[in-house]
Amino acid sequence: MGNIIDAKGLSCPQPVILTLNAIKKQKSGELVILVDTDTAKENVNRAATAQGWKAADIQPEDNGYRLVLRKEN
Amino acid sequence: MNNVLATKRGIIGVGIAIGVLASLLQFWGNPANMGICVACFVRDITGALGLHRAPVVQYLRPEIMGFVLGSFAAAYAFKEFRPRLGSAPIVRFILGVFAMIGALIFLGCPWRAVLRLAGGDFNAVLGLLGLAAGIWIGTRFLKSGYNLGSSHKTYTSVGWIFPIIMLGFLILMFFNPMLPGESKSGIIFYSVEGPGSLHAPLIISLVVGLIIGFLAQRSRFCTMGAIRDLLLFKQTHLFVGLVSLAVAAFVTNLALKQFNPGFANQPVAHTMHIWNFAGMVLAGLAFTLAGGCPGRQLFLSGEGDGDASVFVIGMIVGAAFAHNFGLASSGAGATTAGIIALFIGLISCLLIGFTMRESM
Repeated sequence: MGNIIDAKGLSCPQPVILTLNAIKKQKSGELVILVDTDTAKENVNRAATAQGWKAADIQPEDNGYRLVLRKEN
Repeated sequence: MNNVLATKRGIIGVGIAIGVLASLLQFWGNPANMGICVACFVRDITGALGLHRAPVVQYLRPEIMGFVLGSFAAAYAFKEFRPRLGSAPIVRFILGVFAMIGALIFLGCPWRAVLRLAGGDFNAVLGLLGLAAGIWIGTRFLKSGYNLGSSHKTYTSVGWIFPIIMLGFLILMFFNPMLPGESKSGIIFYSVEGPGSLHAPLIISLVVGLIIGFLAQRSRFCTMGAIRDLLLFKQTHLFVGLVSLAVAAFVTNLALKQFNPGFANQPVAHTMHIWNFAGMVLAGLAFTLAGGCPGRQLFLSGEGDGDASVFVIGMIVGAAFAHNFGLASSGAGATTAGIIALFIGLISCLLIGFTMRESM
């Protein structure tokens, strides 16, 4: 289980900033990002993809989404 | 990703659609280089309601109602309507006030800055540079932990409030229709001269507003975000949308013979370069701290974001102050009172930026 980042309820561009900070700290492996809007879901996905990470799983979860990001070593 | 409009092609298409429609709105009657200006149009609405009494800028602009209601429809159609609020509303209100004051010193929001440039008004270059500078300052705060805190889920009815207010404005317009040559119809003010008197037919304005509101909600189009993401993340996604808007408006203006290059005698503009620049520094900083350009705040209001609605209400109050206190510029240039307000605004935004940082 990777680190969980709760970005629910945060305005643009906070979810992306939190995601990128976590990616900087954790060079590879798994990260879980919680967001509450479709915009944040798309933005986090786009930013992570640009960093070479992959959205392994995106599931709706209590009034938002749970994104599982992964990067192999 | 299954949202076509949120892809690169999608955002380019939306930018082109907005650029062409904005230019066409000018052709159909909106003021020159003001096909769509969120700040100017909110200001005109403020005047139509009598909250300021500048006789040349009073008209209930249906584009604005269309933006919110189009976004509302898109949010419902695609199950993205999420009523939420509670993220520093008083701060967002103040940011809305100063964003409007800054925009009215330049005479346009980011949307109009781009449309002015596309119409050949080179003063807009100063405004756009100021906008980028203000956004850059904002990104420094974002990088050092600036954060307005989380919103939380609320009742569905709360998310309906702002769209219902917009519907209310349309109903007001229906029951107090414009009378030729009259400055007032029932309780609503209508400009008989000046930019407020120039407008496309109501139904066209409304339909174009609805289309743009729908497209922008789906694509997350944001003029401030375009520049912010470029400066902060070197990400060009939203930026290509903004450039598409500019190019499309430019080409349409050429085709409609609406392109008049130069600095002097541009419509609803002045040539005080410093204040064109500084006004947009203030606006750009306020938009960045609030997380969206004025258009984006309307689209967010449509999808249930109560905090974005508070920002818009701040813009309405800012517009009232701007005209009641003579802070807004005119063709003759910026005013002394406006320049004082500009510095108060910059200090306020810097204080918000410095004092609302979480340790990272």
